[in-house]
Amino acid sequence: MTLLQGFGDQIIAGAITTLQVALTSLVLGIAVGLCGAMAKVNGIGALRWLADGYTTIVRGIPELLIILILYFGGTVALTALLGRYVEVDAFAAGVFALTIVFGAYATEVFRAALLAVPRSQIEAAHALALSRALTFRLVILPQMWRYALPGLGNLWLTLLKDTALISVVGLEDLMRKASVAAGATHDPLTFYLIAAALYLTFTSVSLVGLALLEQRAGRGVRISE
Amino acid sequence: MNWYLVIDAMPRLLSGALLTLQLAALSVLAGLVIALPLSLLRSSSSGVLSRPVLAYTFVFRGTPLLVQLFVIYYGAGQIEWIRTTSAWIILREPYWCALIAFSLNNAAYTTEILRGGIRAVPAGEVEAAKALGMSYALRTRRIVLPIAFRLALPAYANEVVLMLKASSLASTITIMELTGTSRKIVAQTFSPYEVFISAALIYLAITFVVVKAFARLERHLAHHLERVEKNNGGTDPVHKGPVQELDRDPVLQREAR
Repeated sequence: MTLLQGFGDQIIAGAITTLQVALTSLVLGIAVGLCGAMAKVNGIGALRWLADGYTTIVRGIPELLIILILYFGGTVALTALLGRYVEVDAFAAGVFALTIVFGAYATEVFRAALLAVPRSQIEAAHALALSRALTFRLVILPQMWRYALPGLGNLWLTLLKDTALISVVGLEDLMRKASVAAGATHDPLTFYLIAAALYLTFTSVSLVGLALLEQRAGRGVRISE
Repeated sequence: MNWYLVIDAMPRLLSGALLTLQLAALSVLAGLVIALPLSLLRSSSSGVLSRPVLAYTFVFRGTPLLVQLFVIYYGAGQIEWIRTTSAWIILREPYWCALIAFSLNNAAYTTEILRGGIRAVPAGEVEAAKALGMSYALRTRRIVLPIAFRLALPAYANEVVLMLKASSLASTITIMELTGTSRKIVAQTFSPYEVFISAALIYLAITFVVVKAFARLERHLAHHLERVEKNNGGTDPVHKGPVQELDRDPVLQREAR
């Protein structure tokens, strides 16, 4: 007997692609978010203006449309640039789009976290003659990380679910594999429910992981109870 | 940029935007109607009442909306008994499937947002209502829900914007709303930039209006609190707290560089 009418290994391959896209976008998106938050808190006019524009625009447009713009727009742009037809890789376009979306929301999360670090901590670091880089690495980052974690966790769950949208431009992710299997077997209910169950598993595991991370990040905090 | 193309496509895009607005508004409305009783059940201390609601919100918030949409659109037709009932008339229409999926999804998020608001209602207010002899129904209607809704409003405004953006998924099941229309025009003209960016600008305009409207509503609902705060020395936590000070902190500004 073959698993799921022979589509079992396809579904698993799709699930792995989904996780790859999500994790890659997470890492890149955190980097974008940190840069964006610094540009916003930083205060240099042009940079701040740029970061404000970036977050306002990206957060006001549907993720699906951003993916479509980058995928089809990217294809047209590269074709014009190189003078021959080039098709953008769905994985690259997807990661790029999700990174941009995640980065915009993460910018706001990091900005709030950055501002939540008590200034006395920074003053204390200066009194101890820590350099700027060291103050950021040893004092600001560990504390803002704790403030940012709940927000980042929510963003990660959204990101995980948003990966399903990339199936629209043909990435062979979990959603796409489920669609293909549904079409081939004329049994959409089973395959979409299996996809749903797998996504639910990912989010559940993430929730547990996030709770542990938050516990660890808050280990130095005194709880008055 | 081919401006002629943009002008040519604009009427079709705008009529698509109208459908987007309609879909989003109906889903938000239906979502709110479903979420209101569910949030009360969810914040009940009885596990029998709250756990089924928790299961519902967990499943709908834990899976992608696209999957939910496809399960309803492609999956429902597969079940024999649904095809024999009159529900099939509704479930074979992509428009209704989208509306059902969006409403259920939106209701799940709204339930959790409202529950947060209900939990944040000061215990003293509820106790005062009890002391006045108000029944559960009366104090829920007059005390708990109004306060809860006001507290939950910022989060709810976000959720409405998310729903508006999520309505673009309807394009995957052949509905010609804003995203669907622009995809169709792109397929005909092969100019993704002009059309998609025009659509994006329309979305931006709509979200801008929604955000402004909610900000206004928020101010309106908090109107009676303003004087109290002024009398207490004007400690507005959002605008006059330490956050703003840190914003101007030269040390932090330098660090951020």
